Amino acid sequence: MLALLAATPALPLDEAGKYVAGAYVVFLALIVVYVAIMAAKLQRIERELGELAGFAEQRKAEQDREQVTADV
Amino acid sequence: MYGKGLRPLSIATVAAIVASFSLVFFYAPLDADQGFIQKIFYLHVPLAIVALVGFVIGGVFAIAHLRSGNSRWDAYSYVSIHMSVIFGVAVLITGSIWAKASWGHWWVWDEPTLVSFLIVFLMYATYYPFRYAIEDRDQQARYASVFAIVAGAFVPLNFMAVRMAQSLVHPRVFATANGGLPGSMMLTFLVSLLAIGLLWVTLVKFELTAKSASGQVKRLRRALDAPAPGGRSRVAPEVG
Repeated sequence: MLALLAATPALPLDEAGKYVAGAYVVFLALIVVYVAIMAAKLQRIERELGELAGFAEQRKAEQDREQVTADV
Repeated sequence: MYGKGLRPLSIATVAAIVASFSLVFFYAPLDADQGFIQKIFYLHVPLAIVALVGFVIGGVFAIAHLRSGNSRWDAYSYVSIHMSVIFGVAVLITGSIWAKASWGHWWVWDEPTLVSFLIVFLMYATYYPFRYAIEDRDQQARYASVFAIVAGAFVPLNFMAVRMAQSLVHPRVFATANGGLPGSMMLTFLVSLLAIGLLWVTLVKFELTAKSASGQVKRLRRALDAPAPGGRSRVAPEVG
């Protein structure tokens, strides 16, 4: 890493450097915000799937109970 | 189904972005005229190209939707436009930063390239209210496809009109005659374009996968006849 930094010119963090850094940070920030929104969506889908799995299990248990009652 | 190949695509995208940024900061020479500020070019221009091409692709998918009536093409069209609008936001912000650093102003109203991109962006910003204002799903998809085709045809026309306009301050750097990009800069630019293009494809695929999963949950809920939590109903295209 140090060798890499030594081989490259120092980043000019003057007026121009701040604008360039700003542009690239905005780009990365947009990607991070997008990924965060998608993560929230995926969490919601996961939660809904959990609810539906619970529904399905509950329904199956009820059907099994009804089957046992009918057999008796 | 939409998630197939998403992992290698994501890895390729990250690798391409890392390669692109490395070339931008450690390989490409400083511009003789603008100096370090010109590094924004390798981000701003590929974003703009990919966003505009994405709008056209959205129009092509819309044609496929109208021809076949398959709602999958409508979803492709919607997601392509959606992603290009997000990229458009990045284009406008990075462009404004570059304008401020280079010209001393955040925005220049008499510059055709800037204003035309803003017009295209604002036109596509109306796609969402236009689409969500229609309740009936089939009608919504048809009207949105017509919008996407007309707007998609406007994009290259607008681009050609701007190229023909006499710009005072916006440089033309892809000329083959004098003033074109030197080889090292062109290589860096092409790698950046590839990276941003891959990012667009990956995010479109990611969004389609999430929409598909959401659609499958809705189908499962209908099959189980279970009530939706909060009864939310957003009229976005459903991917089966």
